[in-house]
Amino acid sequence: MAKNTTKKQAPSWDYSPSLESTSHITILPRYELFINNEWVKPTSKKYFKTTNPATEEVLSEIAWANDKDVDLAVKAARKAYQDVWSKTTPKERSKYIYRIARLMQEQARELSVIETLDAGKPIREARDIDVPLACNHFFYYAGWADKLEYAFPNQPMEALGVAGQIIPWNFPLLMAAWKIAPALAAGNTVVLKPAETTSLTALKLAEIIKASGLPPGVVNIVTGHGDTGAAIVNHPDINKIAFTGSTNVGKIIQRAIAGTGKKATLELGGKSANIIFDDAPIDQAVEGIINGIFFNQGHVCCAGSRLFVQENIAELVIRKLKHRMDSLYLGNPLDKNTDIGAINSKEQLTTIEKYIKIGIAEGAEIYQSACELPSKGYYCRPTIFINVAQSSTISQEEIFGPVLSIQTFRTVDEVIQKANNSPYGLAAGVWTDKGSRIFNLTTKLRAGVIWANTYNKFDPTSPFGGYKESGFGREGGLHGLGAYLKMKV
Amino acid sequence: MNRVEILKTYKIYIGGAFPRTESGRYYTPVNKTGEGIGNMCLSSRKDVRNAVTAARKAFGSWSERSAFNRGQIIYRIAEMLEGRKEQFILELQKQGSTKAEAEKEVILAIDRIVYYAGWCDKYNQVLSAVNPVSSSHFNFTTCESMGIVGVLAPQTTSLIGLVSLLIPAICSGNTAVLIASEKLPLCAITFAEVLNSSDVPGGVVNILTGNTEELLPVLASHMDVNALISESLGSLEIETAKAAVDNLKRKFTYNADWSSEKSQGLYYISDCLELKTTWHPIENIGGTTSSY
Repeated sequence: MAKNTTKKQAPSWDYSPSLESTSHITILPRYELFINNEWVKPTSKKYFKTTNPATEEVLSEIAWANDKDVDLAVKAARKAYQDVWSKTTPKERSKYIYRIARLMQEQARELSVIETLDAGKPIREARDIDVPLACNHFFYYAGWADKLEYAFPNQPMEALGVAGQIIPWNFPLLMAAWKIAPALAAGNTVVLKPAETTSLTALKLAEIIKASGLPPGVVNIVTGHGDTGAAIVNHPDINKIAFTGSTNVGKIIQRAIAGTGKKATLELGGKSANIIFDDAPIDQAVEGIINGIFFNQGHVCCAGSRLFVQENIAELVIRKLKHRMDSLYLGNPLDKNTDIGAINSKEQLTTIEKYIKIGIAEGAEIYQSACELPSKGYYCRPTIFINVAQSSTISQEEIFGPVLSIQTFRTVDEVIQKANNSPYGLAAGVWTDKGSRIFNLTTKLRAGVIWANTYNKFDPTSPFGGYKESGFGREGGLHGLGAYLKMKV
Repeated sequence: MNRVEILKTYKIYIGGAFPRTESGRYYTPVNKTGEGIGNMCLSSRKDVRNAVTAARKAFGSWSERSAFNRGQIIYRIAEMLEGRKEQFILELQKQGSTKAEAEKEVILAIDRIVYYAGWCDKYNQVLSAVNPVSSSHFNFTTCESMGIVGVLAPQTTSLIGLVSLLIPAICSGNTAVLIASEKLPLCAITFAEVLNSSDVPGGVVNILTGNTEELLPVLASHMDVNALISESLGSLEIETAKAAVDNLKRKFTYNADWSSEKSQGLYYISDCLELKTTWHPIENIGGTTSSY
């Protein structure tokens, strides 16, 4: 771990812990695969443990699906597509999805707590962002199911068939919702694989789906590691692959399905620019920087991990940023006061620490929050690097942790060039008081989502997805439907 | 005495100029009776790279032109093609079409260009959305051009296939590098002359002739090409799709009867667009509600 080189600047004050209760939740000691609305033991006979990254305690053990198990799930999905779901009227399809949304809302608190336990994210975020957004996503797409002909002018569309969906560990339930809701609304059936470190909320969602009365086989959830995902990608009877994760794995998937005719959407990595002009409301911008990079411990594909500050205000912004970093609460994710929770896994913590070492070695100046780290669990101090070069590793590669690289700029043209000089193009933030400048920047930044005077905002109605190597296809909104439909010939 | 006809030298089209291939190589495609129909440039890997450089250079200003202006220019292409109809009809006949087929193909090509000229300032209205987010933000999604589109022209037609893939790609502000039909390449180069006299800025369209198997992998794997469009590639499909992965090129294949009136539409344009979503805050401090 990098040495903490700078002194704590802000006065500290402590709140009494305000722990969210775990008494109302149920986590079974073991979870099987969810196929055909039944809990099926894996033919692999293998299970893996899922732990709480904040305490390193084992929460449950989870079935590890192999090729045969995946084949079973795909067969179930195919049968459900042919016999039931493609024959269910759009109106009825819609009502099933509404049911799922309502049941999720009813169990929202339990879902939030389990998400926090399994993923390490602060309860405040799981409760106020992940879970409500996930519910709302189902609500939003439920209503599309019987209105699809309005979405594509003069072009009749039809479902693809069976969708294989592979999701990451940073927003486990939310990503499941982003994938399943539009797929069902468009009339597809689903085989979904959650990430191996965060399977629990997807399995709770399986319970909800079963309770909703959704016909068997329409949604199947198979848990496992990378080999399980590969089995989905390579299964010949899958029509669509939807993947959210690293650019590296996205490319492996894209190569694997080359020439197979499988349709794909890839929502991949990013190195998004957050740009602060000298006329920006500075305190608000500092909050935006904090939210941009430290939200969900920086495990956010669109994290504002490259900060560009106009040179004449750089000193002020960095001073205020350090001050704000020192008042962040890092610790038990179940504590409602906690701002920064646990890093999702030991493996990810190792990756982040590797990048911090590289940043120091490449000559950037480091500053880390002066907070104490809990003695157990995987934690990383909020970290910023000052005087980072455009060419340095930490301003080019995605770190996926609470690590910010800071560069300065003088002119609008310069910052556009610097911001766009990346193989990624997922998101960007622009902070300025001047409306015409905002629209100049938002037009010229080559990224799929642009936040003006805000950052990391999401909504079911708002399409999300990247340019260039950040992937293709959109999730959310009207445009998210296109990922799960094809033109009727 | 019979007049000696002036034969045309077919060159390639890069950055608004007509150079020969840097390789100095040529090939001679033949018509149905086995006669050579011209010495065409057998373009090289380096020509592809030069074409991509030219396309990238042209992209910024082309994509930032007003939609109206792009519409005017695309319409101008149709005007120029109309004026040179006879030349294309003769050239198609030289490549094996009957006169009636040739006339039909040229007329359809002209009309298709006019059709897409009209889309230039309309597709964004049809494909964009204002998204009613729950927070206090004005949120909208609009289309932007993707960048450089690599186009492998359909192999079985000399003109209409090329027009059907190329024009929707450039009408939305993309620039293009196009590989002509290997066996029917004549109209591609003559079409470049039309483009060159139609106010289409140099570099917006770049056209190469040569061997598909040699050029396609270079275009497909080029890290500065954003999309690749073609008909289904048969035996080259898997290899090409894999080559396109390194920079996550958007890859689309279309199988259509290009001589059909129906083989055109908004969705040929939308495939080569990116969607951008912008969030802009709405001040909501006073809480005053207008009731009237």
